[in-house]
Amino acid sequence: MAELGRAALIVTLGLSLYALAAGGAAAALGRRRLALSARNALVASFFSTLVATSVLVAGFLRDDFSLAYVAGHSSRALPLPYKISAFWGGQEGSLLLWLLVLTAYSALAVWLARKRARDLVVWVTPVLAGIAVGFSWLLVAVSSPFDTIPAAADGNGLNPSLQNPYMVAHPVFLYLGYVGLAVPFAFAMGALLSGRTDERWIVTTRRWTIVAWTALGIGQLLGAHWAYQEVGWGGYYAWDPVENAALMPWLAATAFLHSVMIQEKRGMLRVWNVTLVSLAFCLSLFGTFLTRSGVVSSIHSFTQSAIGPWFLGFIVVAVVFSVTMIWLRLPQLRTSARLESLVSREATFLYNNLLLVALCLTILWGTAWPILSEAVRGESVVVGRPYYDFFLRIFGLPLLLMGIGPLVAWRRASLRGLGRVFAWPACIALAVGLVLILLGSGSSIPGLVAYTFSAFVLATIGQEFVRGTSGRRALTGESVPTAFGRLIGRNRRRYGGYVVHASIVLLAIGVAGSSAYDSVVEGKLARGQSLAVGDYRLTYRDLTEREGANATEIRAVLDVRRGGDSLGTIQAGKNAYSVEQQVSNEVGIRSDPLTGEDLFVIAEQVNDDGTVFFRIFVKPLVNLIWLAGLVFVLGSLITLWPDAREERRLASRYASERERTERTATT
Amino acid sequence: MSVWLLLAAALVVGGVVVVALPFLREPAPESDALHELDAAERERLDAEEERDRALAALKELEADHRAGRISDEDYRAVVGVVRRDAAEALRALDRLRAGSAGGTRKDTAKTA
Repeated sequence: MAELGRAALIVTLGLSLYALAAGGAAAALGRRRLALSARNALVASFFSTLVATSVLVAGFLRDDFSLAYVAGHSSRALPLPYKISAFWGGQEGSLLLWLLVLTAYSALAVWLARKRARDLVVWVTPVLAGIAVGFSWLLVAVSSPFDTIPAAADGNGLNPSLQNPYMVAHPVFLYLGYVGLAVPFAFAMGALLSGRTDERWIVTTRRWTIVAWTALGIGQLLGAHWAYQEVGWGGYYAWDPVENAALMPWLAATAFLHSVMIQEKRGMLRVWNVTLVSLAFCLSLFGTFLTRSGVVSSIHSFTQSAIGPWFLGFIVVAVVFSVTMIWLRLPQLRTSARLESLVSREATFLYNNLLLVALCLTILWGTAWPILSEAVRGESVVVGRPYYDFFLRIFGLPLLLMGIGPLVAWRRASLRGLGRVFAWPACIALAVGLVLILLGSGSSIPGLVAYTFSAFVLATIGQEFVRGTSGRRALTGESVPTAFGRLIGRNRRRYGGYVVHASIVLLAIGVAGSSAYDSVVEGKLARGQSLAVGDYRLTYRDLTEREGANATEIRAVLDVRRGGDSLGTIQAGKNAYSVEQQVSNEVGIRSDPLTGEDLFVIAEQVNDDGTVFFRIFVKPLVNLIWLAGLVFVLGSLITLWPDAREERRLASRYASERERTERTATT
Repeated sequence: MSVWLLLAAALVVGGVVVVALPFLREPAPESDALHELDAAERERLDAEEERDRALAALKELEADHRAGRISDEDYRAVVGVVRRDAAEALRALDRLRAGSAGGTRKDTAKTA
């Protein structure tokens, strides 16, 4: 079976190489059949990668331990869902997943755009093929998942921390995001290569960018929830290099999604947009490099490997190629439109962009510093949490305010006019701030500022929906639900954007609440002893042990009381995995759906005499972070939902003269 | 030879056929040139983008003003420029279309 997997990857490499060479030649020489042939090769590369993927999945399902990768990441006792997710539990499988997603996206992107941007797709094909060549080469020549060994009776099992439901979905979403950024990048480069720097590359890739950005956002939230449940340190984001690696391209893509609107509405920022999309893609490569190379130590980096130099070379090629193309096309990218006022919608979007990029580059600097310091001084210096927290406050808090951008007029707005629009939200925010101070939330200034800003933006968004609905009702006489539904249906990008902004505000409230106002207590308890934290009192009652599917599960049982009321029990402990010879922390979490608060228990150390060292947190509002994820998906779906009128208008705009003539003749 | 190797060989053959398909379907086409936008089509595309941009700006400005997002003062300061841009974009497109129709008529006359 390994022969088929290897052959499929070689076929993918061959098809990608052909698509790169033939596609480049067809575009340069203007050869139609060669261009079609290159496109077919790119589409076919998806199917050959799918064959390779199926072979590896079958290897896991059949416990085929003659495949070294399967033997290294699975065992007979591993539950079925984890046998499937073990596919991306190691480096070779992850790279194969990257390639599968890339070829799937590539095939779909060039196929869907074949009519609207025919002359652009010709140039996009070799760019996407070039990326596929890089990854398929790694899989064929450097890090193959189909290496064979004499079959053992059982495999080594999967890293216990990866045996978590979130790990089944998190890497897939993350890769859908990382790799998805290749599509807007390829179209931007296609536009630059072809010299057709009109808006088609933006129009064609708008949805691709949102899909990739949404997937990357969901992937990060799933990863944060995994870290919260599985890593067992009481947090969800630790500014770990691998976590940062996913955040950076997301920030760059967020900036791009905003700045691209300025190009669409005002024809400005063309150079900036191609720069941002290149930055986002190169950062996604950098993220994969950090995760896969083992160049920095991370709790999320499960591999040490030799692909680092190859990947670094790949990143250098992508950066040099992007910079060269932008440089060569600068004259065509220049525009006559200018920023007319510093108080205008385009100006607020620009401020938002500067803050996002500043935050992104600051994180990049902190993430790359251990690598740079090791290269220059011979010792790796890690940048700590205070560095990131400082810049998050400096750039992140004002960024929160940028949610009001869509309420500022294009071109120019007067301060008096803005005062009138924002009067009510400002009053609500001030009132919220005062109430919070009275309730004692002034203990954390950043937390108080975050809450006040959040109240302001949420009030602004609420006001928008109310105004929009009543405006529509006044015009059409529709009922409130109909007017509300149609308001969103007819302005999906605007109102979907508001919902996404609301999700970011919820996220900020959750982060501020759980980090600025949390409580923690720790101590060693014998049976019958108690610890108090916040309003809770926990009494250690018993220690249990049972055999799970592939691990011995030890749990400390604690009685929970708040005030005088019993809230039941909570369990925390450890799993001892026999095959993997590893022990994992299994935390106990009790969520309060009304307040969004979590009681979080870690059994740090279970002693032979039955005593347990506990660390217990109370995390206010932490569940708003996960709720924000759902709202984020809702907002993205609203924005992504196709608008038939918009599609017709674009189809008419991009129909060629010949098609127009044919259509006129038919009618 | 194992069944896996046979399947691998089939995969290679399938790949070659898919790649060769455009040449197999059209061994001797009338023209093998790529469809490229000519200068007139590019100009039209730019003009249509400009028209759509200007009309969308005007529509959004009116809607924002109606919904109370933009004050009367800000609306009055901007609406004139936006309307002028929209009118100019429409005129530019009309000029292009008139030129293109004239060109087409001349071509038809020559052919006849």
